[in-house]
Amino acid sequence: MIDWPILSIITFLPLAGAAFIFFFTRAEAAIAAQNARMVAMFTTLVTLGFAFYLWAAFEPDNAGFQFVEKAEWLGSGISYHMGVDGISVLFVVLTAFLMPMCILASWHSITERVREYMIAFLVLETLMVGVFCALDMVLFYLFFEGGLIPMFIIIGVWGGQRRVYATFKFFLYTLLGSVLMLVAMLAMYWQAGTTDITVLLDYDFSPELQTWAWLAFFASFAVKMPMWPVHTWLPDAHVEAPTAGSVILAGILLKMGGYGFLRFSLPMFPLASVEFAPLVMALSVVAIIYTSLVALAQEDIKKLIAYSSVAHMGFVTMGIFTFNQQGIDGAIVQMLSHGLVSGALFLCVGVVYDRMHTREIAAYGGLVNRMPLYAAAFMVFTLANVGLPGTSGFVGEFLTLLGAFAANTLVAILATTGVVLSAAYALFLYRRVVFGALEKPDLLDITDLDRREIIILAPLVAGVIFFGFYPMPLLEITDASVAALVADHAASIAAHASPAP
Amino acid sequence: MLSAIVVLPLLGAIVAGLFGRMIGHRPAEIITTGLLVLSAVLSCAAFGKIALGGEPVTLTVFTWITSGTFDVTWSLRFDTLTAVMLVVVTGVSSLVHVYSIGYMHEDPHRARFFSYLSLFTFAMLMLVTADNFLQMFFGWEGVGLASYLLIGFWFKKPEANTAAMKAFIVNRVGDFGFALGIFAIFVVFGTLSFDEVFSATPAMVGTTIDLGGFKVDTLTAICLLLFMGAMGKSAQFLLHTWLPDAMEGPTPVSALIHAATMVTAGVFLVCRASPMFEHAPDALMVVTIIGGVTAFFAATIGMFQNDIKRVIAYSTCSQLGYMFFAAGLSAYQAAMFHLFTHAFFKALLFLGAGSVIHAMHHEQDMRKMGGLAKHIPVTWALMLVGTLALTGFGIPHVIGTAGFYSKDAIIETAYAAGPGLGWFAFIMAISAAFMTSFYSWRVMFMTFHGKHRMDEETLSHVHESPTVMMIPLYILGIGALVAGIAFYQYFIGEAEHAFWAGSIFVAEGHNALEARHHVPEWVIMAPLTVTVMGFLVAYYFYIRRPELPAQMAAREGMGYTFIYNKWYFDEIYDFLFVRPTQALGRFLWKRGDQGVIDRFGPDGIAARVMDVTRRAMRLQSGYIYHYAFVMLIGVAGLVTWLMFAGGAQ
Repeated sequence: MIDWPILSIITFLPLAGAAFIFFFTRAEAAIAAQNARMVAMFTTLVTLGFAFYLWAAFEPDNAGFQFVEKAEWLGSGISYHMGVDGISVLFVVLTAFLMPMCILASWHSITERVREYMIAFLVLETLMVGVFCALDMVLFYLFFEGGLIPMFIIIGVWGGQRRVYATFKFFLYTLLGSVLMLVAMLAMYWQAGTTDITVLLDYDFSPELQTWAWLAFFASFAVKMPMWPVHTWLPDAHVEAPTAGSVILAGILLKMGGYGFLRFSLPMFPLASVEFAPLVMALSVVAIIYTSLVALAQEDIKKLIAYSSVAHMGFVTMGIFTFNQQGIDGAIVQMLSHGLVSGALFLCVGVVYDRMHTREIAAYGGLVNRMPLYAAAFMVFTLANVGLPGTSGFVGEFLTLLGAFAANTLVAILATTGVVLSAAYALFLYRRVVFGALEKPDLLDITDLDRREIIILAPLVAGVIFFGFYPMPLLEITDASVAALVADHAASIAAHASPAP
Repeated sequence: MLSAIVVLPLLGAIVAGLFGRMIGHRPAEIITTGLLVLSAVLSCAAFGKIALGGEPVTLTVFTWITSGTFDVTWSLRFDTLTAVMLVVVTGVSSLVHVYSIGYMHEDPHRARFFSYLSLFTFAMLMLVTADNFLQMFFGWEGVGLASYLLIGFWFKKPEANTAAMKAFIVNRVGDFGFALGIFAIFVVFGTLSFDEVFSATPAMVGTTIDLGGFKVDTLTAICLLLFMGAMGKSAQFLLHTWLPDAMEGPTPVSALIHAATMVTAGVFLVCRASPMFEHAPDALMVVTIIGGVTAFFAATIGMFQNDIKRVIAYSTCSQLGYMFFAAGLSAYQAAMFHLFTHAFFKALLFLGAGSVIHAMHHEQDMRKMGGLAKHIPVTWALMLVGTLALTGFGIPHVIGTAGFYSKDAIIETAYAAGPGLGWFAFIMAISAAFMTSFYSWRVMFMTFHGKHRMDEETLSHVHESPTVMMIPLYILGIGALVAGIAFYQYFIGEAEHAFWAGSIFVAEGHNALEARHHVPEWVIMAPLTVTVMGFLVAYYFYIRRPELPAQMAAREGMGYTFIYNKWYFDEIYDFLFVRPTQALGRFLWKRGDQGVIDRFGPDGIAARVMDVTRRAMRLQSGYIYHYAFVMLIGVAGLVTWLMFAGGAQ
């Protein structure tokens, strides 16, 4: 066991990096920009090192919270409480893993206000890691909502043509959920007298409060996921965001909704979760089918991938609300895998966007003729997106469907149509962009991946294939915590079902 | 040694794929081909030890997925059923590798081609050595991927790209069923391991499961779902449309994937799961009907195609139908035997056709061939061998080609299965045998006999293929002649029980295969009779009166047009599925997301703040799609309600 505050270090190291850039890189513009890049890169790499260490030091058999830190903070039951279990620890690693790639992907494509950009990303990393480590509701809320601010700024300042509209839409959607979640948290505090998550997990809320609190949290998490029909902010946000912004948005921010369901909704409001499970299942199935169909009609590469993200998140929500081990394990693996795959796909879009400055599918075609390496990497990620066995995308999709089949066969049958539709939109995209003859005059001297881009994409290719064949490093970690979650959930349902003595 | 059979092709694929550009084309070719030949030699040794020697083995490699009680490992299972497939897969694959060195020698992307071929072989071997349904699904999807990559190998051709996508997506429709079957097996049996599932099967007879709100018989449902996967992969009636289009890929690919190996995976699946199918008589009935219909219907289309490869593709489809109805009649051994012999003669026909196409400078239309026998006599002789084997030529009670032993056994079994399904299959099979003979000889006559129909320029360049392409043809030719007589006794003869050693299960009373020894003499003579008739009809139309077919085509009779257009399957599917799906996607995007959610969601709120009057007008739009969208929400509500009412099981 580690006796030093590793979680606080991972959380606040990026913030320290941001502060360093703010105070110490005030040189001539070009030099300052380069220094900011270097500091950001260095900080995120060191953070990643700590995160890998965390992964290695994590005890898989322990279902409880590990690396716990607790300190007095605001008093009256509100404390600075950090810790990770098998459900959250891998999201910390994922966040730390994607961050250096984002910095590297922005190396040349961001030339305006580089210092501010790097500061925004580092602050964002602190807040995202904090979300997954916080064991106090107030702390969680601060990280959770605070994370939106740098994201708004990243899209609003470094975004595309319609960035104001996209930011505005993003803001409107999240606003409602945030307010409701805050109210629910206050209600819980008044009833339980504490905001400590570890205490609340064992607290037996009344059925009425469960129902209302569940709905309030749902409003927030459903927008984050995003679930149908509150998903329409995502395609616009992705289209306008710079490449690295899209990577973080798809890779990490979307996972906060799923994580929230697992940390709050399921264990704290078990009765309401069961009550509303059919609603979540129905929305998940609609998301999978509806957004896959919409993806098929897209003409913008980023929009297509954004819609496919919504469909993939449908598998996650479906898996979580099966309340069985396969479904929830699958949901976590699906989120982790999607973090790699969708992040990688947006990086792939970024590669051609940096060269051609368009995201129109019709502007491309025949890239394989000039960019064989790019075509190969893009193919791997496309196949992972399709959920081909042997890629990480398969494991999560398969387990969630397996869990769903055990819970409700109708849901599983409808959701499984997603495997046909995903093949259709993903291969259709690949064919129009990569295959064919190279005929467009603008593309005639497009260049293949350079060394920087290879360094970014190679670890993702390796990860996607490795975890496809051997997902055990992930499943071993989640196993004990998920088993405990499932058992506790079943126990509280049973306790409520049996008449009071 | 056994695991090397599977690993060597993967090694070749990785070396050629990752380092092909570094080491150059020739080393990539030699490495992949060498490793494959080695794998084939090891497979033959394994066949001797496992199938003939009776020593099945299962090797566990490492854990794949564990989640609660769900536990699946990567393992390699070697029993007789696997051993037969090992020989077929590595044998044909190594020959195709050798052949491709000659056939693809001008292609600038040869290393990639060989990498894909080896990758395919690896995936196929994972499929046949699987010890559980999930690893089989891995191999299943893996061969689908390789097929996709190889059909679309010439990525500049739009038709090739379309065909590749079509193959993948149609297969995914089948895999939809396969995946659901796997879920159902796990939920019912609590495991995916073959041995555990099969030993628990008899206890499940008569039980029911809930499937989308319906109570259905457990085993029937599972078997039919698995069979749906088999129908996709093996291009059976309704899910066959991808196979003819797959001919856009290079010819060696057609020989390996779309004739000898991948498309037989469905037959293999049914045989592997025979302990389940045997307890699900309704599922067996469906297998028989689909198989019989496919055998017949694909043969009708084969009669009027003009592309040499497409004729052979439809012929493959039809022959796979034979294998399926044999399995459906519980004659799994005969199905596997036909799979085995078919691999030789169909690969021979495809590679022979490749040799013709090579000679004709990539011309595939038989209307532009003719009279080639004089110019490429060796290819002609080998194609003749293939044709005789495909038509199942042989003299009953005396001797015959490979196809004679396997196909006639299936036809006799069908008759012996008795009135009803058996005779239905028998009629389909006999009609198909007539058509098989007709279209096979039609290919021979149009290609090799009669007048030259190509231009002088092409004719002057017609030449026999290089040795490296001919050697595989000789080997396959020998197989097409003797594979039947040599292995008859093991697959379906006296040594049958010792040979299969329990890897195929046949229930008590399902004895059609045995009963075929007691069919009347006319049944035994029937296949030969229709084969000769088919030959004579083809001879009349294409040698004696070659002007007749063109006149018939010009008349455009209804039956001819219907068959020539492949029963209009592509058009019907386009109308029923492809266009509506695209239109629905566009509708949901423009009208659903933008027209309703955004309009009344974020944009609506914005508008409300800015202009109250305009908002009022917007709400009263009265557009039909708004109502349609409300209906969609209603459907979501209804599904929710149904699940409430049904209670979450």
